[in-house]
Amino acid sequence: MASIALSNVSKIFANGHAAALDLTLEIPDGELLVLVGPSGSGKSTVLRLIAGLEMPTSGRLSIDGRDLTNVAPQDRDLAMVFQSYALYPHKSVRENLAFGLRVRRVPAKRIDERVRATAAMLGIEPLLDRKPAQLSGGERQRVALGRVIAREPRAFLLDEPLSNLDPLLRVATRAELALLHRRLAATMVYVTHDQEEAMTLGTRIAVMRAGRIEQIGPPLEVFRRPANVFVARFVGSPAMNLWPCRCAREESRARAVTPGFSLELNGLTSPHGAPVVVGVRPHDLQMSSPEEGDVRGRIEIVEPLGSAALIHVRIEGLGTELTRVMVGSDRAVKADEEIGVRLPRNRIHLFDENGERIGSNDVLEVTAARETGCT
Amino acid sequence: MTGRSLWRSLASGVLVAAFLLPLYWAVVSSFTPERQLFAAPTLVPRTLVLDHYRALFGERDFWTPVRNSLIVAGATTMLSVALGSVCAYAIARLRFRGKGLTLAFILAVSMFPQISIVSPLYLMLRELRLLNTYPGLVLPYLTFAMPLAVWLLVGFFRQLPEAVEQAALMDGAGRLRILWEIVLPLSWPGIASVAILTFLYSWNEFLFALSFTLGPERYTVPVAITLFRGQYQVPWGQILAAAIVATLPVAAIVLVAQRRIVSGLTEGAVKG
Repeated sequence: MASIALSNVSKIFANGHAAALDLTLEIPDGELLVLVGPSGSGKSTVLRLIAGLEMPTSGRLSIDGRDLTNVAPQDRDLAMVFQSYALYPHKSVRENLAFGLRVRRVPAKRIDERVRATAAMLGIEPLLDRKPAQLSGGERQRVALGRVIAREPRAFLLDEPLSNLDPLLRVATRAELALLHRRLAATMVYVTHDQEEAMTLGTRIAVMRAGRIEQIGPPLEVFRRPANVFVARFVGSPAMNLWPCRCAREESRARAVTPGFSLELNGLTSPHGAPVVVGVRPHDLQMSSPEEGDVRGRIEIVEPLGSAALIHVRIEGLGTELTRVMVGSDRAVKADEEIGVRLPRNRIHLFDENGERIGSNDVLEVTAARETGCT
Repeated sequence: MTGRSLWRSLASGVLVAAFLLPLYWAVVSSFTPERQLFAAPTLVPRTLVLDHYRALFGERDFWTPVRNSLIVAGATTMLSVALGSVCAYAIARLRFRGKGLTLAFILAVSMFPQISIVSPLYLMLRELRLLNTYPGLVLPYLTFAMPLAVWLLVGFFRQLPEAVEQAALMDGAGRLRILWEIVLPLSWPGIASVAILTFLYSWNEFLFALSFTLGPERYTVPVAITLFRGQYQVPWGQILAAAIVATLPVAAIVLVAQRRIVSGLTEGAVKG
């Protein structure tokens, strides 16, 4: 088991594309760190840098305090699960699992034990003598996992291991992966573009964009206090509503103003006239009758999700941007209905003109006033 | 059967017949007595005899050139596949300076017309005391076979899924082990093509074989057949019989290697 450290690591490809920019990252022993971000954010590159499959343009990488920057991948004793699984197609499942041990000259008896134990753990014993071509997608995925577990490496690297599975299998395998991490207590680095996977699996998650880490922390902390607009939009499903506003100051009071309404916020520190962004999660908004709501709107789309429904509301003053609201399924809603929406008093996220979070805590006074604000 | 497909099968039938007729003619003639060879030709032979084959292996000792050719072509094929795959793998996968230049240079080697390098090669082989030896033929053949092998295999290796090799790297395998245990078993179609082409080339090669062998004990098949003709007569029957014998190993190796040329070797490695 191992702790992994990256210091000031950059990777700039020959075509000028910067996949990693001055990254510094500590992954303590036993942690499951999830690198999450949209495609092209550099998360896979970071994983491949740790694996040694890519060489950093600058910076250093160490495992357990030993500098491994210039060590070849085969000498790092890390194991990787590839998105495509990358099984050895001409070898049986048994040989696939044994290959890494055989290469390391482990005695045959020990190899056999390890292969058996791993196959038992993953429930792939009946498949041991088959070739990868004879397996289903889910089975191949298990074999790919088995191949890295059998080896007992210092750390596991997983590159979107679930993205090729169908949705049902994905959720089941996700739970198994979490269980596996608990059982092995191993250091794992996990790459995904799926924020839900990141939230459910990670000890910590690192949200990446354009080669940089935008925020790193325990999943719930990232969810509750997104560091900037990008993270706020990316983490959480359905995505957070982000309302562009303008700051209006009158003496000591500061308000975020839209053409339709304004909010008085005690944490707003921007100067008068500066653009700000108000963020509210769909779960935190409440639907009410038009009279009781803080703001008024009309339902445009209803998406029943079973236990709840996601409605898209056109709120007065917010232009064409629709606001997402989660409502309980017990309340019948239909399109074109006029409703009111109540804002949570303590779950408002505020971002300044650069998209950075404002305020040191997320409890803010809110007074929503239905008036025509200045713009 | 529609008129269109009838027409098509008729056309392909004619084409196949056109290809096979000379071969058929040669086979039939090699079994026809010398006297009847120049009589009015018939499609269905009247008498078949083994005279020419008997003469070939009895009086002429055709075994020696066949053995020589098998040794030279076999050694050339094995060496060019073995060395070619290592070179090709390095070019296909490793990062090093001047890769494109290396590849271009390898190709350039095979661009000299054979006839233009016969004399210098002759002098070199004489200095190295390799004239009239097997290495004296295998080495010049490699200069032609290797570029072919490297170019074909580079293309082949490049289209293998790279993730499989990276998985082997992560499993701790070195590059040579990956080549041996992962890449080569997945490259049978490419290796088979290279082997067939190299073997065909060295089996049929004439100019070098004629120039660098000095006596019948080292003649290869094409040289031996050419030297069948005497001053006053050309033994057509024996020449045709020799041609049939010379075709057999080639046909055999093509058939054996062709079985390996099946698609879908990497099926199941990566999710399509």
